[in-house]
Amino acid sequence: MAAPADQVGPGATGIAVEVNLGDRLFRWGTAAFAAGTILILAAMAIQMTRASAMSLRHFGLGFITSTQWDPVRDLYGALPYIYGTLVSSFVALLIAVPVSLGVAILLSELAPGWLLQPASFLVELLAAVPSVIYGLWGVFVLTPWLRESVQPPLQKAFGFLPFFQGTPHGFGMMAGGMILAIMILPTISSVTREVMRAVPSTLRECALALGATRWEMVRTAVLPYARSGIVGAIILGLGRALGETMAVTMVIGNRAEISASLFAPSYTMASVIANEFTEASGDLYLSALSQIGLLLFAVTVLLNVVARLLVWRVRKVAAR
Amino acid sequence: MKRLFCLLLAVAAAITGCKKDETAPASGPIDLQGAGATFPYPLYSKWVAEYQKAHPDVRVNYQSIGSGGGIRQVTERTVDFGASDAPMTDAELQKAPGKLLHVPTTLGAVVVTFNLQGVTALQLTPELVAGIFLGEITRWNDPKLAAANPDAKLPDAAITVAYRSDGSGTTAVFTDYLAKISPAWKEKAGAGKSVKFPVGLGAKGNEGVAGQIKTTPGTVGYVELAYAKQNNLSFASIKNKAGKFVTPELGGVSAAAAGALANMPEDFRVSITDAEGDTAYPISSFTYILLYEEQQDARKGGALVNFLWWAVHDGQKFEADLFYAPLPAELVTKVEAKLKGVKSGGKALLAGAGG
Repeated sequence: MAAPADQVGPGATGIAVEVNLGDRLFRWGTAAFAAGTILILAAMAIQMTRASAMSLRHFGLGFITSTQWDPVRDLYGALPYIYGTLVSSFVALLIAVPVSLGVAILLSELAPGWLLQPASFLVELLAAVPSVIYGLWGVFVLTPWLRESVQPPLQKAFGFLPFFQGTPHGFGMMAGGMILAIMILPTISSVTREVMRAVPSTLRECALALGATRWEMVRTAVLPYARSGIVGAIILGLGRALGETMAVTMVIGNRAEISASLFAPSYTMASVIANEFTEASGDLYLSALSQIGLLLFAVTVLLNVVARLLVWRVRKVAAR
Repeated sequence: MKRLFCLLLAVAAAITGCKKDETAPASGPIDLQGAGATFPYPLYSKWVAEYQKAHPDVRVNYQSIGSGGGIRQVTERTVDFGASDAPMTDAELQKAPGKLLHVPTTLGAVVVTFNLQGVTALQLTPELVAGIFLGEITRWNDPKLAAANPDAKLPDAAITVAYRSDGSGTTAVFTDYLAKISPAWKEKAGAGKSVKFPVGLGAKGNEGVAGQIKTTPGTVGYVELAYAKQNNLSFASIKNKAGKFVTPELGGVSAAAAGALANMPEDFRVSITDAEGDTAYPISSFTYILLYEEQQDARKGGALVNFLWWAVHDGQKFEADLFYAPLPAELVTKVEAKLKGVKSGGKALLAGAGG
């Protein structure tokens, strides 16, 4: 996190070494850049609030609780989009977190040297694939596979659960969550691997010396030490999942409905903005879309704050 | 340290240097900026390229940002002309700082396309189209569908509807048609660029809908005629107002425009869905270029009017190759009168017929 500008002025450190002009310029320069990011963030928040003023006045709090989204009748409600964003990101984490932890443990603790470089390179390569490519792969490979080979057996075995009911289209929440999972996997796994590498090897040696197996060593020595870093990695992944637009739009089915079923189509906040903004012409319509943007902004900030508090708590508990 | 200082100077120079004087020169090449609908973009690019061969001094830059964006930008005068698939509403026209003209440039159509094993041709009545998209007809072997298609082997499978999730002129034309032929549709969903579809899955763009249809047997959706033709999709013939089944072909689209000529309003803002005429394809529409009747810059305005004159005359011969339907001759005569009326400071801008 960038330091606030007011701490970086002369004398912030209490040591008077301000003799060199270059050092001073450097300090001011970096302070200006740090302040710049905060200003940009503030400007964005203000601009979006302004753009959504009409919709805020018109719908009030009802905007968040209404499930109606009907541009023809100028009725707008954001609940299905909020639900779709949160649930698709949650599904993505559910799949991506265990897998990335496994990948990270393999790469930092278990893999032989010759496998290390190529394997981590390939995992990180996943992050370099443009999201539209994921989307196309989703449309032509993932969704037909889900529709024919995954969803029908799931329905047969677990059809009594509300998550697996309805017609299996392939397109829907499940496809959206899975695409997101693949996209955030490299982020989570590579950061987690770095965090685990930073664990002092004396800890590992101690655990092994006490007779721990490899698995016990990872569980008792590495994971607890790296815990807050891992939570941080998950937050980074979550951030990407919340804002991802193109790939999700292509597979999630784009229907503003709330359904418990993972087979049902859904819609995310980022998707509706991308879909409808270019052709929106009514004032209230544009304003409502801006408010969706504002809400997405708020949800992202809120989740980040919650996650940071979590990290902080974990650290405190660990320090005890 | 010196380097850092230079860098700071350079940044400062870049920031202050951005404010450039933006007055057009009195001579030299003319740049025309346009923005709007994505549907006619391939045709407009072709026109721009061809026109520039004959008129190297006029450069037209068209950005396909969507009809909504085109309307917004021409209203704010950030572009020289806008483009839109659906005509502007009265409310939108009132927001513009001057009188905006609609110039129809070409015709498009929307086709109902499907993926059904062993079925390549399908006949649909308006009631069937509405029933399918309302979610009232849910299986392919529905007796009503079977009655209209006695020769087709319709499977016992569920119908999945695919629609455009992004706001689009294609959706506007299709829902305009549905609202005209079905009171239930008008009541439940209505017409517009983004509509709350009663059933189905949304996909982004023509390619998204086509992708969904291709990969999912039993799916039915709608895409632009040009897109369907280029990608060899199978599409349904639709029963028109005269009671004839018409396959979507360019001739049928031009016929729909001709059928609508009789009650064409002065400003060309008209829907030609469900048009009269034996050969008229019922889900057709115009696409328009929007420009101010009173041009601020005589030089630019003159270039624009001459370009449009060329487009509705010589430009029409490029349409069929790109799967656009040319304007009927009678309509071109009416457009000519409009273009002759474009002025700047009280002076007509058109440089002799044929420009």
